[in-house]
This record gives sequence, C-alpha cells and structure tokens, in this order.
Amino acid sequence: MTEARVHRRQFLRSAAAGAAAVAFPAPLLSQGLGPPVVVIGGGFGGASCARALRRADPRLAVTLVETNAVYTALPHSSAAIAGLAELTHQQFSYDGIKRAGVNVAISAATAIDPQKRTVTLAGGARLDYERLVVSPGIDFRPGAIQGYDEAAVNVMPPAWNDGAQIALLRRQLEAMEDGGAVVISSPVNPARCPPAPYERASLIAHYLKSNKPRSKVIVLDAKEGFTMQKLFEAAWAELYPGLIEWVGLSNGGALTAVDAATQTLSTDFDKYKAAVANVIPPQIAGRVAELAGTADRTGWCPVDPVTFESKLQRNIHVIGDAAIAGAMPRSASAAHSQGAICAAAIAALLAGRTPAEPALVSSCYSLIAPDYAIAQRGTYRPVDGQYAEADGGAVISPLNAPRAMRKDEARQAEAWYRTITGEVFG
Amino acid sequence: MARTLINVPQKAKRGEVIAIKTLISHVMETGFRHDNMGKAIPRDIITSFVCTYNGEEIFRAALHPAIAANPFITFHTVATESGTIAFRWTGDNGFSQDASAKITVG
Repeated sequence: MTEARVHRRQFLRSAAAGAAAVAFPAPLLSQGLGPPVVVIGGGFGGASCARALRRADPRLAVTLVETNAVYTALPHSSAAIAGLAELTHQQFSYDGIKRAGVNVAISAATAIDPQKRTVTLAGGARLDYERLVVSPGIDFRPGAIQGYDEAAVNVMPPAWNDGAQIALLRRQLEAMEDGGAVVISSPVNPARCPPAPYERASLIAHYLKSNKPRSKVIVLDAKEGFTMQKLFEAAWAELYPGLIEWVGLSNGGALTAVDAATQTLSTDFDKYKAAVANVIPPQIAGRVAELAGTADRTGWCPVDPVTFESKLQRNIHVIGDAAIAGAMPRSASAAHSQGAICAAAIAALLAGRTPAEPALVSSCYSLIAPDYAIAQRGTYRPVDGQYAEADGGAVISPLNAPRAMRKDEARQAEAWYRTITGEVFG
Repeated sequence: MARTLINVPQKAKRGEVIAIKTLISHVMETGFRHDNMGKAIPRDIITSFVCTYNGEEIFRAALHPAIAANPFITFHTVATESGTIAFRWTGDNGFSQDASAKITVG
C-alpha cells in the first residue's frame, strides 16, 4: 500500500512538472487539495467531463487518462476521406485541457479496483479516486466478421476513430481506377454515430462523381432501415443518381465474412468485389468499460440517468457511447453534454448536495455534399429511469426543404463542429 | 409475389455437408395487433416452409406468429447427387411462393 502511494505521488509530481511548463500554471496550485477524480478516455465525453469538473469545483484534483496523445474525431472524418478537408482539421492535442487545470496522463489503464478505488496505469503508477468517470467509447465486437483479422483491417479499414486508417482510406480512394466499387459495410445498432456510414457513402459519392464517374458506392447494411433514410435517399436521387446502391438486411445486406486478399465481402446471399472497402464492424463499449466492470451482457453499460453512475459499480460513472442512455443517440454532441451533466452531478455528490434533474441535448449533422446537410436535434430527459425524447421529440430536417435550407444546415454543421471541438479541446 | 433470396452451393463433393440459406420478404403480421381505429389487423403469416432435394423432402419448418418479418432460415444437408433443391413457402390467405437452385455433385 505504501509503495502504491509513492507511485501515485511520483506520478502526480511528474505530471504536474510536465503541465507546469505551459502558460497558465495558476490553476494547478489549487490542485490536489480537493477530492481526486479520475476520468478515463479523452474523447468528446471524457475530455468535456474533465474540464467541466474543474469548472464546477476548481478544488477538485482531476486527472484525465488517455492512451493517445492526439485525438482523432469521428465527426467530419468523411470529409477528410472524400478529400474535402485535411485530416489535421479533426485531430486535437490535450494542451487545451492541461491549460484548464486538468492533469493529463497519456497512458493506458490496466486495472481498476472499485473497492480500493484505484486505477493502475501501464507504467505501474496508481491513481486514487473518490469518483471515477469512464468514457471508453466503442470497440469493435471481436469475431463478428469472419476473416476480419488484423491484416484485413489494414486493407479494408473501419477508419472510424483512427487517423492513420482515415488517411489510408483516402489514399485508397485516390489510387482506385475509375469503374470500381467502393463497398461500405454498415453495422447493427447500437453503434457510434448511426448516420455516419450514410454521410460517408454520400461524400465518397461526391468524390467519385467529380473524379471517377463510372464508379459506384455499395452500402451493405445489417439493418432493415437507417436513421433519416428518406432524407438520405431523396438527396442521393437528386445529387448522385445511380451512384449509391443500398442493400438492406432483407436484401441480404448483412456482412458475414471478408477475404482481404481478393477484397471480397460476403453476405449470406452474395459476394461483392470491392476496389475500396470500408468495413465498419458491429460494436460494443470500449475496453475500459469491461475493465471497470461496468458493462453488462449486452456489452454496453447501464447507468443512472441523473448521475450517470454505473448500475453495476458504485462511485464509477459511465458516459458517452459506452453508456446505455435510452433514446439519446450515440453522438459526439450527446457525449459532450453527458460529460457536463456527469461533472455537475459528481461535484454535487462530493459536496453532499443532491444532483439536479438533467435535460440533455444532442445535435447531429450529416453532410451529403459540401453545400448540403441534414440534421437531427433533440432534448432528452429521464423518464422512468431512462432517457426519453422531451419537448415534443427530436426535430429532423424536413423532407421537402429548399436547397437554401440544406446549404444553411451545411454552414451550421461546420459552425457546430468548430464550437464543440473548441469547447472540448480548445 | 414475395421476394426470395436463396444460397445453395453450385458445386459440392458427394457426401459433403453443405449450408443452405433462405430469406423471404414477408410482413408476418401476427393477428394480435390493432390499427389506430382499434380494429384488429388480420393475421397474415407464412405457416410452412418445405425444402425438397430432387423431389424428396429434406427439411420442413412450421412458422408461428412470434416469428419476425422476413424469415431467414438456414440449415445443413448432405450433398448426395446432382439436381435441384427446391423451396416452397405457404401461408395465410392462400400464400404460396416457390424458388429453386441447381447443384452439381461430383
């Protein structure tokens, strides 16, 4: 135990020494006085929560544990794949979060002890916590697609939250000969950002239309339908006639196997030869959810909707895509607002107050062309222990809207992206 | 006409165990639901699925209201001889649908 304490102090000392070099050391001086809160996972949920904890109570000693020094966002990734934006536009360092007075540990959590309330890091350092927040995002469900091993991932990448894979997919599109098929496989729900595979199909079609017009996009879908399907299909008919083929579940769209050597994707009833393949596998909560003992048999994490405390582990909160949050979509926007609400609840609990009943918002923009976007916005409140759509339900862009509205939504999408990434990482 | 999808290997070795997959587009209306006027929606389901191999029945399934729309049925058999593997779905309201595939066994 003594040894563990030494480790932790050593770690905090070195983390503080690293952070002290930045421009605003003042907030660090007050750190370590209040109760320690550890946040694992530096995506839209975790990074937002860490900052909001410091805002809610500047005395809290907040440590953010994240494996990667650079975060790659999924929103906007399809624009990077289609050559409409640079990859750097969606990559963020943790400098802004350090400046906000958060200790940032670039390391992997290897063990979590809910009884002793400690987190062990890859180097052996140990962090104590009063409250732990896990925001582990998603992992791909292992073994879901036959033949989709590590070698296949490097040929038919998900490009879902990995900068190198996003760059690879872009290079593959640029290198492909005109006349080939780009095959995207879309997973069952629940999954991160349900409209993203269709935004991706749209923007890849946009690239093909101007650069490789004899090519096409095939979407193999494990679902019978998808979010905002009528809006997407109307836009595809208008902007990309004949370019995008969607194969739903009852048309045999569920991907069962891949062969990386021949770039072949197999469903129960057919085989598709791809010039470029973007395999987006079925998903479960990220690895740390299981490490924390917060995932149930579904692979996702049941939580209390007011505090986001795990229903399986006391003093551990789960936010973002990993959490089961009822009607809330698994979006960056939802994770961001869950981070803020969870931080407020933790500050209240540590101060002995009752957390307020939350109302959460989620906005989700899908870009179909550079000047054409559709959106879904909703407010969510706990009803009978689970989040439900509030205030009349989610608002989706109308089906027969003038192009000016789509163009305006595209501008709003860009503004939304700048705002949320500024708030979380800026 | 309902849309059907079938997957039977085109070729197989004699004695080989082969997988057969089928899917038919069908609403499988349970008969337990009511429309928004409170009127019962009549039952409309597939009740039977039969597979024959050169005329001999090799697989049969009885379907009931609990089975989801667009039933997907997959099973295995042994490839014995070249010929035709045929499928028939029958159900409420005189529903009947056929599909078949050739297999070469060497």
